[in-house]
Amino acid sequence: MTTSVEETIGNAKKMTIICTKGSLDWAYPPFILGTTAAAMDVDVTMFFTFYGLELLKEKLNLQVTPLGNPAMAMPMGGMHMSMPNIVGMIPGVSAGATVMMKNLIKKKGVASIEELREAAVLSDVRMIACQMTLDLFELDKKDMIDDIEIGGAATWMESALQSDINLFM
Amino acid sequence: MADETLDAKGMNCPLPILKAKKALKGLSDGQILEVLATDPGSVADFQAFCRTTGNELVEHSIDGDVYRFLLKRVA
Repeated sequence: MTTSVEETIGNAKKMTIICTKGSLDWAYPPFILGTTAAAMDVDVTMFFTFYGLELLKEKLNLQVTPLGNPAMAMPMGGMHMSMPNIVGMIPGVSAGATVMMKNLIKKKGVASIEELREAAVLSDVRMIACQMTLDLFELDKKDMIDDIEIGGAATWMESALQSDINLFM
Repeated sequence: MADETLDAKGMNCPLPILKAKKALKGLSDGQILEVLATDPGSVADFQAFCRTTGNELVEHSIDGDVYRFLLKRVA
């Protein structure tokens, strides 16, 4: 038993996650897996590109939309309510869905994204912001949390080639 | 029996695991962490966590809706 623990420490498993989505629902999978892997002694690198950069902003304002998502049915009064696209298009409906989801998250004891991101920082998850996307969308590193580095495709590749698991989300 | 207790009742995945990992870091090798949780998924998760990290799952039991885990810090 002791030997296997020593082996694990000497030869830690590695994982990378490419995070491309910036909505509230899509923020969960990468942060849940990233923080859990880190808790299980995996060396984790998260690469944020395109809309994924939203997840690195100091002040998060993540939204969820029922538009184009027929599988999104919110529990409501013992039933599940899904929303036709035409309703989802009405101004305020996405904002309402976001409030509903945030309430559910709190009620069910699910971590907030802020909480998971903080856990990622504390467990030394390496977080890389894509330089090209920063330029493309005219985003400023100053608006992002401090604990990130800037890199590009080759930075991710180097890490990915040494990793046991590489995920694209 | 336990050196420290973590009350993770009401927390959902992956919070019990993240909080347990943090609590284990504060213990010395051989010390015992007691975790109380209500997430039914935590049973499979704590087993997998211990198998992977080498920490020992000394005991797990259910009392009503509450799952109780005793984790021994190995490294």
